Amino acid sequence: MELLAFFDQLWLARLPILKGVGVTVSISLLAICAGSVLGLGVGLALTYGVRPVRWLVRAYTDFIRGTPVLVLVLASYYVLSGVGLDLGPFQAGVLALAVFCSSHVGEIVRGALQSIPKGQSEAAKAIGLTFSQTFTSVLAPQALRLALPAWVNTAAEMVKASTLLSIIGVAELLLRTQELISRTFLSLEFYFFAGFLYFVINYGIERFGKYVERKTSTPS
Amino acid sequence: MGYTLNFAAVWRSFPLLLEGLALSLALAVVAILIGCVIGLFTAFALMSKSGWLRHPARLYVTVIRNTPILVLILFTFFALPQLGVRLGKIESFVVTLAIYSGAYLAEIFRGGLLSVPHGLREAGLAIGLTEMQIRSSIIVPLMIRNVLPSLSSTLISLFKDTSLAAAIAVPELTFEARKINVETFRVIETWIVASCLYVATCSVLAALLRQVEQRLNIPR
Repeated sequence: MELLAFFDQLWLARLPILKGVGVTVSISLLAICAGSVLGLGVGLALTYGVRPVRWLVRAYTDFIRGTPVLVLVLASYYVLSGVGLDLGPFQAGVLALAVFCSSHVGEIVRGALQSIPKGQSEAAKAIGLTFSQTFTSVLAPQALRLALPAWVNTAAEMVKASTLLSIIGVAELLLRTQELISRTFLSLEFYFFAGFLYFVINYGIERFGKYVERKTSTPS
Repeated sequence: MGYTLNFAAVWRSFPLLLEGLALSLALAVVAILIGCVIGLFTAFALMSKSGWLRHPARLYVTVIRNTPILVLILFTFFALPQLGVRLGKIESFVVTLAIYSGAYLAEIFRGGLLSVPHGLREAGLAIGLTEMQIRSSIIVPLMIRNVLPSLSSTLISLFKDTSLAAAIAVPELTFEARKINVETFRVIETWIVASCLYVATCSVLAALLRQVEQRLNIPR
């Protein structure tokens, strides 16, 4: 009886839910793309930057990693409008997630670059490659292989963190679900359903990460 | 523009922020203590020979790790009462955080258990200890020392996750900061102070835990 009512409501609400999934996916994609580009810069600065730059970037990553994502989201939403930069909740949220993502990707890039044995770049120097040649054809391919599985994990983290945008009023999957619940009072069913959708998305990403890990591991 | 920083309003409410911080820390500590117990049992279940233990444990870990924590928090607080499980907001949050951390700790403990040399178990059997005695007095104490670094980073990330308790109105640090923000309109100052409190606490926690790690380090 209750279950029938739930499926009834679910069918009625299919469009808002789909829209919510769409918003969740686009938030995550935007945050991952922007965060990865920014994070690549952060990682390079942490590994090769001159000392003052390195300190500055280190302070940036430590600060971001020491702050909860929710605080970043709220701060980006309220503070930026306070200084006159008028961002909507969507833009402010994506910005906060991108910044959060960049500090994680930065650490991944740094870890990957630093775990390549020193002999590799020495060998490249010995055969007369310039730094940019060494980077593009010796270091970057190996670092990519090391960093890819962790990077896919970060993507799953971003999908999970996108739920926090519901708190500043972005109509993504969780907020759509909450709206539905306040209309239908079917909180158990709809929270379960939303959790299930998130699980499906993240489990897909996790399986993909495992696949990438298998594909990119150096055959031994 | 023309925004002048004025910390007076935030300083007046500073004791409130500190109270929130104390509650955040307490929530994280209680959650990780319960989470350790859950994680330990789950880790043993994950490594058990019997599929009846292994499969449910694997399911628990996979589901929790792939669901956003905010969805879990809202589910426990708003949906479980429909099934007759009625918890206060603090209890409900602690339970959720404990179950959430249990899944992550289970994986950490499993890795730690695998890293304990096999010979120690055999030595225990040789001097006539039972399987339970071997686990409780040989394997687990060694494993705990091995996983201490991961354990402390879990505690720090749980401390950051306590900010999500603001979503169900638990008066922790983020909730208090939001309240001050709304009451005083000192947007920038509030979020600067709140983020700095989080970052400072995380650094202090990290330093303290590093001390503990060194103290408990296995002498070589």
